[in-house]
Amino acid sequence: MSAITNVARASLSKDLRLEWRSKDAINSMLFFALLVVVIFSFSFDPTAEESRRIAGGLVWVAFLFAAVVALNQTWARELRNQVLDAYRVSPAPANALFLAKAFGNFIFVIVLETFMTPLFIVFYNLRALGPAYQLLIVSALGTWALVVNGTFFAAMSLRTRSREIMLPLLLFPISIPALLATVEATTAILTGDFSAKFWIVLLAAYNVVFTTACLLLFDTVLNAE
Amino acid sequence: MIRRTFPILGVLTAVLLSYGLYEALIGAPTEQSMGDVQRIFYYHAPSAWTAFVLFTINFVASVVYLIRRSVKADIIALVTAEVGVVFCTVVLVTGPIWARPVWGIWWTWDIRLTSTLVLWLIYVSYLILRRFSSSGQTPLMAAVLAIFGALDVPLVYFSIRFFRTQHPQPVIGGEGSIDPKMLQVALINWAGFLCFACLVCWSRYRLELLQREVEETEALEELLDSRKAQ
Amino acid sequence: MKSLYAAYAATWIIHISYLALLLRRYIRLRNEIQELNQR
Repeated sequence: MSAITNVARASLSKDLRLEWRSKDAINSMLFFALLVVVIFSFSFDPTAEESRRIAGGLVWVAFLFAAVVALNQTWARELRNQVLDAYRVSPAPANALFLAKAFGNFIFVIVLETFMTPLFIVFYNLRALGPAYQLLIVSALGTWALVVNGTFFAAMSLRTRSREIMLPLLLFPISIPALLATVEATTAILTGDFSAKFWIVLLAAYNVVFTTACLLLFDTVLNAE
Repeated sequence: MIRRTFPILGVLTAVLLSYGLYEALIGAPTEQSMGDVQRIFYYHAPSAWTAFVLFTINFVASVVYLIRRSVKADIIALVTAEVGVVFCTVVLVTGPIWARPVWGIWWTWDIRLTSTLVLWLIYVSYLILRRFSSSGQTPLMAAVLAIFGALDVPLVYFSIRFFRTQHPQPVIGGEGSIDPKMLQVALINWAGFLCFACLVCWSRYRLELLQREVEETEALEELLDSRKAQ
Repeated sequence: MKSLYAAYAATWIIHISYLALLLRRYIRLRNEIQELNQR
């Protein structure tokens, strides 16, 4: 157990350090996120009342696209330097690498969301009518749902042609319940019309199921010759 | 045994489907509220049930493959996924054709239709993965994806069900209990479609075996040719 | 009812299209086998 956490922590801190030093991925991603917000804002000019009802969906679709761009480069560095082969022959548990990558992506996407949210609030004149603190829970759960499967499918896509398009192709259908739950929960909190509780519970269940599945099956995927 | 089973199954399929068609169009009673359009049910529902059976077999075959790495299991998984997608397509096409005259709209977030759509999407992505992945890994990756898909199914069902209770939508199949005669006709057609699915899967299975044999032979030929050239 | 016949027709069109696809692949495979045998 401690082996997993040690390796995971080491791998994660390495990723964060590399990212912090070069900053190229985060910069281009932030700009992409800004572009997405602006373009989405052009397509709608809603009143404050309407915007609360549709903002949930819009915001999460925007986050989804930004997340896919981030997820696609998850394993790029590892591939370039043949790190995966080295990992396969090392005694380090595959789970640790997966957790490190997933957490790294999670932090990355949360940063993107933190950047995009105030922009959306500004462009759509948003104000939450329901319990706003729940939005934090929803973002965390929703983001983890996308990121855990996204990191896993990114690893699966490595050995396919058209790697970049394969990731969203695999991720989107499986993520539909999570996306639906996240959007509905967000809309619930923004409009205050209904309770987000069921959706939050569903998201938690989704996260438990798929985090377990990813942890159990990542070894198989990594070691597939 | 194989030589004789196929034609017998073929005849059985033809008989069941013809009888089923007759009953669906003429034998079954006309429904009160929707009229004759409701008869689409006798093809729409059994196709969905058949697709679910096929996808369940795919899930089992995928698990067997993960445990045993059996080639047979892999081919069964591929075959049932393909034929399952075909039946799923039928459900998704007949659904809107049914909905349009009854409610004037093509699509509704009807729980069964929407769940079928998501299932269709998951399995199409499965088939695309099989086509695009490099041949050494394909069976393994596909098996893993199939398991993810299967895990997703109950989550899809519950999420859409709750979505519908919050945003009530028309129900295509009609709620409540079903007339016993109607159920009987649906079951006859289901039996017919299951036999038909069997035939198609069987043929696809043999086609896949043949294809793999040819590919192996060609690979071997290439190897021998390159050796000769050296 | 037009929709009724459209639905039933669509069902069989979809199934027959798939079978036609399989048949085409089979014919192509058979040609390849003949080629291999001749070599």
